[in-house]
Amino acid sequence: MKRRDFIKQAAVASAATAIGLSIPLSVQAKQKKIEESWRWDKSVCRFCGTGCGIMVATKNDKIVAVKGDPKAPVNRGLNCIKGYFNAKIMYGKDRLKHPLMRVDAEGNFSKNGKFKPISWKRAFDEMETQIKKSLAELGPTGIGIFSSGQYTVQEGYAAVKLVKGGFRSNNIDPNARHCMASAVAGFIQTFGIDEPAGSYDDIELTDTIVTWGANMAEMHPILWSRVSDRKLSKPSAVKVINLTAYSNRCSDLADTEIIFKPHTDLAIWNYIAHEIVYNNPDAIDKEFVDKHTVFATGHVDVGYGMRTQDHKNFTEAEKVTVAKQSSKVLSKNEGIALAYLGHKEGDTLEMKNVKTAGKHWKISFDEFKKGLEPYTLDYVAEMSKGDVDEDLEQYKAKLKELADYYIEKSRKIVSFWTMGMNQHTRGTWVNEQAYMVHFLLGKYAKPGDGAFSLTGQPSACGTAREVGTFAHRLPADMVVFNPKHRAKTEKLWKLPAGTLNPKVGSHIMKLHRDIEDGKIKFAWVQVCNPYHNTANANHWIKAARKLDNFIVVSEAYPGVSAKVADLILPTAMIYEKWGAYGNAERRTQHWKQLVTPVGEAMPDIWQMVELSKRFKIVDVWKEQTIPGMDEKLPDVTTAVADLGYTPNTTLYDVLFANEEAKSYKSDDAVAQGYINTEATADSRKIVGSDGQPWTGYGFFIQKYLWEEYRKFGVGSQHDLADFDTYHKVRGLKWPVVDGKETQWRFNSKYDPYAQAAGTGDFAFYGKALKKIPQGTLKGPDKDKEKYDLSNKAKIFFRPYMDPPEMPEGEYNLWLSTGRVLEHWHTGTMTMRVPELYRAVPEALCYMHPADAKKLNLSDNDLVWVESRRGKVQTHIETRGRVRPPKGLVYVPWFDEKVLINKVTLDATCPISKQTDFKKCAVKVYKATAKA
Amino acid sequence: MSEMSTRREVIKKFLKGSGYLFMGGAFWSGLLNETKAADLTLRPPGAIKEKDFLKKCIKCGACVEACPYDTLNLATVEDKEAVGAPYFTPREIPCYMCTDIPCVPVCPSGALDIKSLLASETVEAEHEGESEMDINISKMGIAVIDNSSCIAFDGVQCDACFRACPLMNQAIYTDYVRNEDTGKHAYLIPVVKAEFCTGCGACEHACIMEKSSIVVLPVEVVQGKQGEHYLTRDSEIDIEDIEAIKEESEDILDYLNNDWEDLLDE
Repeated sequence: MKRRDFIKQAAVASAATAIGLSIPLSVQAKQKKIEESWRWDKSVCRFCGTGCGIMVATKNDKIVAVKGDPKAPVNRGLNCIKGYFNAKIMYGKDRLKHPLMRVDAEGNFSKNGKFKPISWKRAFDEMETQIKKSLAELGPTGIGIFSSGQYTVQEGYAAVKLVKGGFRSNNIDPNARHCMASAVAGFIQTFGIDEPAGSYDDIELTDTIVTWGANMAEMHPILWSRVSDRKLSKPSAVKVINLTAYSNRCSDLADTEIIFKPHTDLAIWNYIAHEIVYNNPDAIDKEFVDKHTVFATGHVDVGYGMRTQDHKNFTEAEKVTVAKQSSKVLSKNEGIALAYLGHKEGDTLEMKNVKTAGKHWKISFDEFKKGLEPYTLDYVAEMSKGDVDEDLEQYKAKLKELADYYIEKSRKIVSFWTMGMNQHTRGTWVNEQAYMVHFLLGKYAKPGDGAFSLTGQPSACGTAREVGTFAHRLPADMVVFNPKHRAKTEKLWKLPAGTLNPKVGSHIMKLHRDIEDGKIKFAWVQVCNPYHNTANANHWIKAARKLDNFIVVSEAYPGVSAKVADLILPTAMIYEKWGAYGNAERRTQHWKQLVTPVGEAMPDIWQMVELSKRFKIVDVWKEQTIPGMDEKLPDVTTAVADLGYTPNTTLYDVLFANEEAKSYKSDDAVAQGYINTEATADSRKIVGSDGQPWTGYGFFIQKYLWEEYRKFGVGSQHDLADFDTYHKVRGLKWPVVDGKETQWRFNSKYDPYAQAAGTGDFAFYGKALKKIPQGTLKGPDKDKEKYDLSNKAKIFFRPYMDPPEMPEGEYNLWLSTGRVLEHWHTGTMTMRVPELYRAVPEALCYMHPADAKKLNLSDNDLVWVESRRGKVQTHIETRGRVRPPKGLVYVPWFDEKVLINKVTLDATCPISKQTDFKKCAVKVYKATAKA
Repeated sequence: MSEMSTRREVIKKFLKGSGYLFMGGAFWSGLLNETKAADLTLRPPGAIKEKDFLKKCIKCGACVEACPYDTLNLATVEDKEAVGAPYFTPREIPCYMCTDIPCVPVCPSGALDIKSLLASETVEAEHEGESEMDINISKMGIAVIDNSSCIAFDGVQCDACFRACPLMNQAIYTDYVRNEDTGKHAYLIPVVKAEFCTGCGACEHACIMEKSSIVVLPVEVVQGKQGEHYLTRDSEIDIEDIEAIKEESEDILDYLNNDWEDLLDE
């Protein structure tokens, strides 16, 4: 029997389990016989932040089938179609199997050379040379790591330890920055601690589901099936409202679809708050508000996260938009919204608080109320109606209905959002506004009541956020600029005091900009595809290819970043290594290595740990200069003797192969019977970084990394269980205290930390930003003492402001980008699955039929989509899954043939630094046939 | 029977109860094997009835040449089709439903009929050369779903066919059915509505199954026909037809007036 027949048989049985279909005995017997030779192990889906559990079948060191894990609480044995193809993602024909480097005829590295296969040893030799060169020329900030929300937890931890602890550089930032940084900043500013209070169970417990810029039906299909089931359970009582800038799949189920103009979600949230505060003051949960919150606001003249127009590489066209980073003329809508600061339409707003964008201060309720004054139904409806053909009165009725659902006392309500609110040049603000409304009504952190930022990536929460693979973070919500946090980290990592660099590193946009400015000359891309997924890509691709630098890309498949690289490292994929992911509902899930990696591919942990062998303490821990910092990083090489090191001790021995690490034996009970490429090597005996056959570290490095990592969180509000526990359960939602997961954080009934605070029913116990100045809407009052709001959350007032680029003149259309269900991010995996490729082989430009007609375009016509920054060719679609209103086009970004990020604008939220991929201005015109 | 009353059965019943089958949305299984290959050939938009089409088509290839997507092929001897006649295979390349339908006006023989693509109220206008063809009313075939292999019936959140459909939410929509097994993940079941389905095959092309679970078949193969003896509740009754029934034929009178004695024993 062929492998494909095996899979088919397995699929039959798996399906039967899920739906209880009885299968003929003959098929059952056959199935049993096949499965006897299979081993099934629990694992998780490789793709989105939902975190579905899957079961993986292996035979002869190959994955032969997967099925949904019936015991997984998230998905109970079901998957979406990406999950359905987990078994196929590792076996694409063009899987990268050997290190490849650009070399000249003599085999030496050459920026303009062609890729040729090299040995792992040669690869590490070159990396060592290039890193040492960059460090010597530029210091620790001369290197940068593009990291990921798709790292396993242990990979992220190893990366932070190596880069921040070893190289003393904070230039590590994840692609998760593009994905949920605004959610993070919203959490930190509001709660003082990251990640949602509630969980997916709120779906089954609520009466009202509101999606704000979240096409859950395509992006989180399993969660959407739960929303659908909830709706079907009580069709008339349960309401679903879809707020979106274009008609999408969620609208099919929704009771009400609200098409709003991009960016005006800021005004809609304020309208709801206005409706509460001005017209329904009885709806305010006074006890909740008084006891557990304070009111706050911040600066508005904060720019848009762009560079200023004097940068040498800007074109004249680009400068038109970039100019707004320094100042902008206020529009009519902004004039009204910012009247509380004395501004009016036509005034020029100088951006004076670009560097202090996150500063905020306490205000009174009366000031808060004053700020909300302009957001009447008339003002907000006129500004925000996104479909020119919709009747204004009808649109107003919908907004009123939305507000009424929030306000209705007995109604439970959950707001969900994803990239629509996070990829936003006021993303932090709009996240805070969601909490504003929920807090006013006391509808938060209760079963069925919540505001929930859905995560895009499988471990954006578990790794990028909880481990802290961001330029400013350390594990468990600690930050590099806090001396106590650095001290705690240095202690746990056994580093001399003063080793860690206190200056925040470059966020992912700035990593690219630093490379373009020659400030970073060595970059390493891990588990992401930044040359495909970053806005304004022309700049970054040019910088990588044309300047004197060295770009290493660890990859499984040849995507755009691999093409841009100087050195490509073939990398093990998810089931080829031990790992753990943390999903959007704080659920941490571990898996074991199930198969040997293909070719010479090796896990990211191995790649980092092998590199650490090439550096001695004396190479990296002497005095270092950090640009922008007056004091130098101290020489700590003299202090290492106290810790048992010598200046010649390698980073490997300090960070990864210390005594504690070696205490985790590779023959641990959990490891029995499973491959461990890092610890004990595997059957391939590949020639390793020293030119010798790889035999393994000899200790259980993944378990060590886990156990050391969790020391950061235990007792510090981020408790995770031990390694062995996670291999027995289907994930646990942290904080895991006394073996119990936490269903609703901040609620004393469910959260031991909230209970311990002793502040009644709730305690917003996060520690960050809990002492703030006091003032009025106009600004902080320097004469007043800082206010201590321990255990309280903040209700922010944030005004409406325009995005930096809107359709006008020749660039007369909004461009919004996003995903499609069939493909994951840049398509490096899903485009290799023949079935998914066939289903959606190309990114199309979705357009309103009337706009197409006006431009003399018909369906399938080849067009240029062009902005002030770049252009791509694609085909027009007016009948597809995304149905934009007039004036807006949508292009998905999975397709490297349609590299839409050459067109998008690299403006970010000034607080979170997350790029707004949802809004820029373009023109669309017919592409003339090629000559 | 209780054991046989599986989830899938429940869904089927639910669908029947809602009357989707009567709308012509076809759930398909088994027929393929019994049908001759030639009967299953899909023709370009506007093709007249298969029997007449084969007579009228002069095998000139003009439509194939006009197709911008290489959707249309000319049958060769190996294809077992009528040699030289145009056809398409949606799993390979579906019809992309060009709004200007370039393949039809170029047909010199009338095998592809422009008039069939004009909305009825505009037929008159067409005579004055003002009407436009509408690809949305073409009937190249009808998509049918094999619910025994389609994974949506197993609860997998797929609907790739739905999203590929150019007449999404009309020709294919998804029905939401509660999932009593997991208790919280609704099924999203694709349903074809025959009256809107053009048979373009975008769904068949997109289906992520190893072999497509949704297949386009010619209208004549798929579509059943109700007897004229019974008019369903919503049908409009044609009074003239009913009057006609009242007239008794000569034959009946002849029969009745013939010798009744023949009824007796001799």
